[in-house]
Amino acid sequence: MEHVDGNALAGPLAEFFSFDVTMAVAKCEGCGSIAELARAMVYASDAGTVVRCGSCGQVLMTLVESEDRAWIRFTGMGAIEVARTSAAG
Amino acid sequence: MSFITRGFSGRSRERDERLPPGQTLVHDFPVLSAGPTPDIDTADWEFTIRTESGSQSWNWDEFMALEIDEVSTDIHCVTHWSKLGTSWRGVSIDTLFEHVETGYDYVMAHSYGGYTTNVPLDELRGGKAWVAFEFDGEPLEPEHGGPARLLVPHLYFWKSAKWVRGLEMMPTDEPGFWEQNGYHLHGDPWKEERYW
Repeated sequence: MEHVDGNALAGPLAEFFSFDVTMAVAKCEGCGSIAELARAMVYASDAGTVVRCGSCGQVLMTLVESEDRAWIRFTGMGAIEVARTSAAG
Repeated sequence: MSFITRGFSGRSRERDERLPPGQTLVHDFPVLSAGPTPDIDTADWEFTIRTESGSQSWNWDEFMALEIDEVSTDIHCVTHWSKLGTSWRGVSIDTLFEHVETGYDYVMAHSYGGYTTNVPLDELRGGKAWVAFEFDGEPLEPEHGGPARLLVPHLYFWKSAKWVRGLEMMPTDEPGFWEQNGYHLHGDPWKEERYW
């Protein structure tokens, strides 16, 4: 199969990244529990934000921010489930 | 000559030369953490160095029987605060490695709670790093890493892993927790090695 370059992601990812992140559902790769991110435990400090599974405490994601850059890493979660906003489109 | 230029500089005071670039002096001791504070009884505490050929462990009493250093040092957090002249007691990494042989050059520090951070071995040896269990004359508080934390004061303080439980020797430099998530692999405050 032929591939295209990453510019082809602009359409599908624009929809994906417009969701309400707290309503997104993720599966913890540690204990397997599936839950909304809003149920996770968030440890926020000046060093960064660490999101841990509400069931087992494993790190699900991290967010680090500097003055001009930010890093997000989905460390311990599998696929992320979001509600489609353009289902009728 | 400095006494001539000082009057024209417009600065009300000289910058403290002990402060690396981008740092501000604090007098309290801010707490930064990536998770819950582990509750570790010294009766359950153990410190292990793992190498390519085996491991060496100390329990709390064995660790307290090692040579203990008094350390006075400045510390620098990547979140822009520095604290000058802090007082610690702990065991030098040099003392620990009198009992350990390894051909590997890199270390991953592991903590209770799962935190990790990477440091080259030659930046832990030579009087540069300790496993510290007292701060300011008192047992190290759990929120500051007690019962024991790594103390690597010449690097940003995230390298001084709280609740440290061991060192794992590695053949190559692998990133630890914050180093995988945006922070610098090395972390020299004098070079402002804060992020990738």
